[in-house]
Amino acid sequence: MTRRLILIRVFAVLAVLTGVNYLTWRWMESLNWDAWWIAVPLVIAETYSLIDTFLFATTMWRAKERSGPESPPTGTVDVFITTYNEPVAMVMATARAAKNIAYPHETFVLDDGDRPEMAAAARAEGLGYITRSADWTDKPRHAKAGNLNNALFETDGEFLLILDADQIPDPLILHRTLGYFADEERVALVQTPQWFINVDEADPLGSQAPLFYGPIQQGKDGWNAAFFCGSNAVLRREALMQLGIVGYVRELEDSTRRTLRAAERLLAREAGRHRAMPELHKELTRLREEVTGARFVVSAGEPIADVTHQLRTQIDAASRRLVKNDMDLMAEDLAAIHAMPVQRDAERDVVVVDEVGLDALTTRELSPLAAVKSVGALVDALRVDRPGEAQPIQPLATISVTEDMATAMQLHSMGWRSAYHHEILARGLAPEDLQTMLKQRLRWAQGTMQVFLRDNPMAKRGLSAGQRLMYFGTMWSYLAGFAAIVYLSAPIIYLMFGVMPVTAWSGDFFARFLPYFLINQLFFLIVSRGIRTWRGQQYSLALFPVWIRACTSSFANVVFKKPLSFVVTRKDGRVGGSLPLREVWPQLTAIALLIIALITGVVRVLMGTADGTGTLVNIVWVAYSLAALSVVIQALRYKGPAAHAEEAEGAS
Amino acid sequence: MNLNVTTHTRHAVVRPEGRLTASGAPRLKQAIKKLIDEGSPRIVVDLAQTEFIDSSGLGALIGGLKAARLAEGDLRLAAASESVKSILRLTSLDRVLRDHPTVEAAFGDG
Repeated sequence: MTRRLILIRVFAVLAVLTGVNYLTWRWMESLNWDAWWIAVPLVIAETYSLIDTFLFATTMWRAKERSGPESPPTGTVDVFITTYNEPVAMVMATARAAKNIAYPHETFVLDDGDRPEMAAAARAEGLGYITRSADWTDKPRHAKAGNLNNALFETDGEFLLILDADQIPDPLILHRTLGYFADEERVALVQTPQWFINVDEADPLGSQAPLFYGPIQQGKDGWNAAFFCGSNAVLRREALMQLGIVGYVRELEDSTRRTLRAAERLLAREAGRHRAMPELHKELTRLREEVTGARFVVSAGEPIADVTHQLRTQIDAASRRLVKNDMDLMAEDLAAIHAMPVQRDAERDVVVVDEVGLDALTTRELSPLAAVKSVGALVDALRVDRPGEAQPIQPLATISVTEDMATAMQLHSMGWRSAYHHEILARGLAPEDLQTMLKQRLRWAQGTMQVFLRDNPMAKRGLSAGQRLMYFGTMWSYLAGFAAIVYLSAPIIYLMFGVMPVTAWSGDFFARFLPYFLINQLFFLIVSRGIRTWRGQQYSLALFPVWIRACTSSFANVVFKKPLSFVVTRKDGRVGGSLPLREVWPQLTAIALLIIALITGVVRVLMGTADGTGTLVNIVWVAYSLAALSVVIQALRYKGPAAHAEEAEGAS
Repeated sequence: MNLNVTTHTRHAVVRPEGRLTASGAPRLKQAIKKLIDEGSPRIVVDLAQTEFIDSSGLGALIGGLKAARLAEGDLRLAAASESVKSILRLTSLDRVLRDHPTVEAAFGDG
């Protein structure tokens, strides 16, 4: 074990112990029940933060710093550049750099925008160009996951390097990463950092994520849970295809079971409704028995394709008999009911039914046509080809708007391994304005919460305890928005109205809180080792409305099936227009309220109507919040790196 | 991988010989598509001479199954070796496709 790791572990333990000590006291002895409406939310928010500390400590417990693979690079490689609407020139810059990667490979532009000028540019450079096949017409497209899944079936390299349209790869990117796959046969993913070149030192939009592409990924890697982040990563085709096959079988088992159960119910109902027609009643009852039989043999382990094929043959035969039967019945019906718009064509001696009349017939309860129709729909649902999807096999997960995290979690649950290689091997472009950045963060958070709700890592089979915690930790961190509301409100309420969430800001409080707070800060300093993490800390508080919206919209999406409008991040500079004040009104409101509270607090102390210690504690607290939130104002005024550079030159 | 295709009165037989992997999968898909286009959607994939199959190969089988079913036919497997059978089990694809003992038995039930 390195000295650094020993230090990390000592502080990890101390951070959690001092935290438990503080929180125990908070719950047991310090709650001001007279103001329970703020006291209880605050102690819950603090408990949330302690769990966050515990998850962070666990992440860092086994931090793994890899120096590089041992094996030389081997295997065939396809390089995929995914694009939707980025400028052709930008995509081609990436594509040319990809073509120049030193290790032998083939390069493909995956153009989801299906643009002729993109195709022409790619072909002119002798690069592969792939768009969606005809199978995708009128089917769910699944965004980037769909784009990659489509390309997987058009190519055959053993390994896939995935690059976003703006990520210029280093010529050695494959030499530095492929060896990991040879080192260990079960490695399915090697992720490298995302680094942005259009960001200056100040980075007002907090685009660089040095804590994540560094200690956090190294920590997750220690638990064999390095995340896939969508770009700058190499994947093993076999692992992805295996995901696709296993997912297909699982989906098919589910849908077959569901369909057969629904079919039984429907046939039983229809049979009951048509008791008056013995022929039809008998046919429907017989069919229901067949379906019940099919359901039994599928549960008993008979191959689904066989069972559904047989059942389909029987249903086809039955519906043919029914339709014939039905025609006879219909003729009888028609003869009997004079009110129907039916005429007898004397010349041709046939019954003529007009369209309106036929419609009326099919909607009437007594018409057996409805039964035939329902049976037909069941036949469709029983197909083994997932008729609702363009491809029966979908290697990259489609359960979330961020396919990367969901896919990596599937891979891990199937026993595949991942590696995080900490070396910048591709350089890309970050959003250049606040609006675009907010949309991007919202999408990431939404995607994470979708996975949390649809395929919860704590319940997912096949993951180790460490892997569960690593995925859960990331999801947990997105609940921070709710805690932030409490953290912002509590000091405002105290400074303005004197309402105390704790019984006293006494010696007891400082004796328990200060060690917890200081050790946490130290722990964070040790982990980040000189990396600038202040931007990240600011944004984790300052983006509280984004985190809350991500949670509520994903919940509405997963539980109530409300659509999340999927946003592709713009990478070609700023969106024009005025200041996006509308996007950040909650933060601006919070800033205003904090300042008012600060002034009120000071005035109250001067007037002698407030407690000095309590006010001091709360003023420090408010000052921290203001310092964090101020990044929003900086971001609002930011005009992109180009403008920033010009200003700097003008000044010098 | 070698690919051997023969047509019979009631069905066609596709015989992949050697290793059926990502590089051979597109050829298998093409062969199945061609049979269906020519009016033989009842297809047996004879795996007797297939030494190994990877997930891309399995993907081609599922793609073939879809195409055959859409053309009112079917795709069935026959005579898989022990190693191929174990891959079918590992991916749980044996829950979907049955491995018939012989090519003749594959469409035995009609």
